[in-house]
Amino acid sequence: MSGLVVNRLSVSHGAISALRDVSFTVEPGQLAAVIGSNGAGKTTLLRTLSGLKDASSGNAEWNGREMLGAKPDVLVRRGISHVSEGKSVIPELTVKENLVLGGIWRANKSDTNAAIAEVVELFPRLGERMGQDADTLSGGERQMLAIGRALVSRPKLLLLDEPSLGLAPLVIEQIFETIDKLRHKLGLTVVLVEQNAMSALEIADTGVIINLGEVVASGKASDLINDPALRAAYLGY
Amino acid sequence: MQKVIETVLIGLSTGSIYALMSLAIVLVWRSTRVVNFAQAGQAMLSTYIGYEIATRSEVFWLGLVFAIAAGALIGAGVDYFFMRVLFKHATTGPAAVVAPVIATLGLLGLIRSAVGLIWGGDLRSIPAPVSRDGYTIGDTTLPFSPLNTLIIVSVCLVLIAISILFTRTNLGLALRASAYAPEIAQLAGIKTAQTRTIGWAIAGGVGGIAGMLITSYNFLSPNSLDLLLVFGFIAAVIGGLESMVGSVVGALILGVGLTFILNYVGTSLTFISGFLVLIVVLLVKPEGILGSRKGRRA
Amino acid sequence: MRKRLLFFILLGWVLLIVGDRVDELRVYQGAQISMYAIALSSIVLLTGYSGQVSLGNGAMMAVGGYAAALTLNNLQTPIWFAFLMSILASAIFGALLGASAARLSGPYLAGTTLALAVGLPALANQFGFLGGEQGILFDVGFPPERFGEEFSQYKWFFWIATFIALISLFITSNILHSRFGRTWRAIRGNSLAAELAGVHSARMKVLAFTISSAIAGLAGAVLAMTISLVSPGAYTLSLSFALVTGAVLAGISSLPGVMLGAVILVAIPEFADVVAHRLGDSEKVITHLPGLIVSVLLILSVIFTPNGPGENLRKHRKKKSAH
Repeated sequence: MSGLVVNRLSVSHGAISALRDVSFTVEPGQLAAVIGSNGAGKTTLLRTLSGLKDASSGNAEWNGREMLGAKPDVLVRRGISHVSEGKSVIPELTVKENLVLGGIWRANKSDTNAAIAEVVELFPRLGERMGQDADTLSGGERQMLAIGRALVSRPKLLLLDEPSLGLAPLVIEQIFETIDKLRHKLGLTVVLVEQNAMSALEIADTGVIINLGEVVASGKASDLINDPALRAAYLGY
Repeated sequence: MQKVIETVLIGLSTGSIYALMSLAIVLVWRSTRVVNFAQAGQAMLSTYIGYEIATRSEVFWLGLVFAIAAGALIGAGVDYFFMRVLFKHATTGPAAVVAPVIATLGLLGLIRSAVGLIWGGDLRSIPAPVSRDGYTIGDTTLPFSPLNTLIIVSVCLVLIAISILFTRTNLGLALRASAYAPEIAQLAGIKTAQTRTIGWAIAGGVGGIAGMLITSYNFLSPNSLDLLLVFGFIAAVIGGLESMVGSVVGALILGVGLTFILNYVGTSLTFISGFLVLIVVLLVKPEGILGSRKGRRA
Repeated sequence: MRKRLLFFILLGWVLLIVGDRVDELRVYQGAQISMYAIALSSIVLLTGYSGQVSLGNGAMMAVGGYAAALTLNNLQTPIWFAFLMSILASAIFGALLGASAARLSGPYLAGTTLALAVGLPALANQFGFLGGEQGILFDVGFPPERFGEEFSQYKWFFWIATFIALISLFITSNILHSRFGRTWRAIRGNSLAAELAGVHSARMKVLAFTISSAIAGLAGAVLAMTISLVSPGAYTLSLSFALVTGAVLAGISSLPGVMLGAVILVAIPEFADVVAHRLGDSEKVITHLPGLIVSVLLILSVIFTPNGPGENLRKHRKKKSAH
């Protein structure tokens, strides 16, 4: 089966269980929003999918191939990119260097340069700041740089961890608009982890709600938004 | 006035060798968060290998090439066979923090004794590639010799090569990214464990050069590089322990400063002065002369 | 406290009897064991309890050794006063160093103390009154006549060293079991939490450094006594290596473990001698084999039992009882 299939995934931090029997699927080209409160296990889910953390049981397939057990550097080569929590850029490097980093695993440098040119086209603001150190960027620009770096590796599956974290409401709106535009333009499959439930579900095709390490509801994003019980319990209004 | 200039020149020559050692310490510290005390041992073993080649072939440069290669291999080996195992085992308990430091100390001891067993404790010297006699102007002979010039020039070349490697190549970018943010580097597709081993190899090679250069005007013995380790460490601390540029600047300052004390006060105070510099820097400006964040970047 | 006192008195009595029944070499080694036990206890207090790494205990011992020798030679004082001065001098030195060290974390402190271990003993070469490479004599004199003619010089060393070791270990063990010991452990575990609980962690660290240094200095004077000399060659970097090894083998935070560590440190050269004879008595082997064994032991124990062999035993037992 193509797309992302997560099947009965369990993960633990030592003796504490972080995720129990988590299952969901994402069709190719779709955006799934993973919603849950702080500590629900959303970040652990992404870290496990991208190979940073080991699962204790279960499996996860991308386009029919097992992902678990592979290291991040292998998964990147298979088209899976993870933008980790909190504007994941390296502040000591320049904007250009951060972008080059996204394609550093390629043998062919000109591929990377072409990919960087595309990213700059998507985010013209980065193009104006190529020579600056990344820590001179604003919060929103950093988030764009982090996503841009992931795009340089030309991923098919993008794992985004709380892109709205620590940003002003206006900027958050922009980021979500950008994500939505990007995934349609590039045909990306996206797993978007968010606390900001409404904004995420609005651009999502499907939604997965996680609480205390377990999936409590999943389905079409529009259904989740309109379910009054879920709204009250998990979406916070 | 002439004495001042001489002192500065000799100081730069000494300081440039310190620079190589402190650079090696900083390279490893940035990637592994360990001050590698075995660096002196690794450099010493590489120098013995270079010494064997240089005395047999009677070509200093061939010895230098072998010393660099040996240093790189030893450095990579130490990381691959030693540090990786260590980090897998020593993860908890009161000793977890001190274990890596103590382990590199054990490695220093191991290499010293092993070299002692193979080569014995007697002093050896490597014929210098150029004259050690000072330049003469008119009928005064300066203490500054062609060998000093050679040392300064070679260290400059090494530093240029390293800065090109770090700022212009993908390997350099991978090394910096892995040092600053291992997780992001990993997510970008860098094999961080391998990259770290390469960093250790570069540090080892640089240490090998330092050992060969200092031995070209000094004796070689199982503990002849101990003081170089100490001064290299002090220089690295002056530079903030994070910054490669800082470590080089620190080494030159230290080299020139100690040579002034040597020439104007006497030998007896050089070590004490170096040690006092270390204490003062740590107390007054522990983040190093270049400041921590700025320094980290260079 | 009273139990502990009783234990030490008993231990002393047993050692006294044993000392009468073994040959001269063993008696001499007994003195060395006592010396190492004192030196190792200083590392246990510093690293095991207050969590600071010092690689420069050889340098601290040198301070104590030279202080004792200078006192005895220049002031013609009684021996006990020389030992007292070794404690005092190294305590002052340790307090000064500790005051700067308390602000240093792991790698800086390790590097600074290593620098001392490399450089400090060599200073003797540069100052005339320290006697250069030959060093200066440190002669505690013959055993008192009332012990009889049979009483050998080595046995006298053994008595003094062991007497000092017992007193020093007794005091150290009381310190470690006191409020101070607990506070150090708290700082080592979590400096911030201890700070919030109203502990002056910097002051406590300086105190640990000072006491540890004083104990090391005393060990340095005892070492000087057993070889009748203080010289740079007695307080080498290898000595510092050996002490760290002994402390790790002892289980870095276990005071009783220092006895084991001390015995191992004395056994290593003897073992190396045996091996060297088998290998044909080359001078290289005799000089460098002990260092090799020490380093290999240090590396293996740091990798496999970083918290001391005792820790592994405890873990093993826990696993067993869990089944």
